[in-house]
Amino acid sequence: MHELSIAMGIVKIAEDETRKARASKVEVIELEIGTLAGIEFDALEFVWPAAVKGTVLEAAEKRIDVIPGKAQCMDCDTPFDVTRLYDACPTCHSNLKAIVQGKELRVKALEVV
Amino acid sequence: MCGTCGCGSEESGVRILKPGEGHSHDHPHSHHPHDHHHHDHLHHDHGHAHEHHHHGHSHTHGEAAATLAPNRKVIEVEQDVLRHNDLMAARNRGYFEARNILALNLVSSPGSGKTALLERTLADLKGKIPFYVIEGDQQTLNDANRIAALDVPVRQINTGKGCHLESDMVYEAVKQLDPKPDSVLMIENVGNLVCPSMFDLGEQNRVVIISVTEGEDKPIKYPDMFHTAAVCIINKTDLLPYLTFDLQRLKDYALQVNPALRFFEVSALKGDGMDAWYDWLREQLPGQVSNKS
Repeated sequence: MHELSIAMGIVKIAEDETRKARASKVEVIELEIGTLAGIEFDALEFVWPAAVKGTVLEAAEKRIDVIPGKAQCMDCDTPFDVTRLYDACPTCHSNLKAIVQGKELRVKALEVV
Repeated sequence: MCGTCGCGSEESGVRILKPGEGHSHDHPHSHHPHDHHHHDHLHHDHGHAHEHHHHGHSHTHGEAAATLAPNRKVIEVEQDVLRHNDLMAARNRGYFEARNILALNLVSSPGSGKTALLERTLADLKGKIPFYVIEGDQQTLNDANRIAALDVPVRQINTGKGCHLESDMVYEAVKQLDPKPDSVLMIENVGNLVCPSMFDLGEQNRVVIISVTEGEDKPIKYPDMFHTAAVCIINKTDLLPYLTFDLQRLKDYALQVNPALRFFEVSALKGDGMDAWYDWLREQLPGQVSNKS
């Protein structure tokens, strides 16, 4: 349950950026989270209210852009979709692959007032 | 607060302790916007999470979120959430490289024998290689006391309710330890096969330990940890005659997740197989090259 640490990291970024922009609160926060990032979305929802209470994010709408996992086979170069880290190449069945996307865990944008 | 491992409640102050001494009052965590009365907010919105790509949960309760206030402003942040941890990890890594210190992050489920493996390794090699140890546990100095009994410098990080070590905790502990150049720093993470995988501590390599009393399919049940490790130590092999554990199956699963994983089969209790692990350790020592890009 590292999602609380993650939520607090998000709060920290939002607090810093809001202060820099001389705004008082966040209306919308846009996050990008990959399906291979190690984040359990249910767990993030679970900790979110506790993490944002009393912060600039307390009343913010949270939008999560879920980035699907993609990899490229290192043996035959086939690009393929990955839902689990141990998915093999559909063409040559090799397990050697480079993760191309899906590890994202990023605050993309904030709408502040 | 967390039903799984209990991390992140009001008691989550991090402490760094030295065996035989009182508490040092280090609180490396700066981000604590905790509210202590959040129990009324623990509504768990089951059912929303996975089925759609955009699941914004509005907490504005009735306010029209789409109403554009005149002073509304969009900030393109584009910042990694783990940036602070990654920056501090990079700082640790630079320190380790400058002093030619081999730092290893030992991760596993609770009870796989991380501390026993460390004890055996330190007892056998401490005359030849200078070791330093950082122990991570939610509570107690027990593990640090076991290491201190071997006369190896050690700091215990108690994460409170935290379920993993973070790089700023290691940074503080390393400052206290002040390890000599050309030494080995063993960082024993909190026993947890899930959470520590996301947090780079600045180590050169991650060593995942699994014991033969666990399930062979752990690598695919908890793939993140095996994906990020360089070495997998299979411990408690002395128990194999009493179990139906299929060693090859475990390796096959682990290689599915991480084809580059290197295995060592050991019994930290009896000492079997430890020499191969020691050889690997020694190989990492001179002019170590970081595996991280």
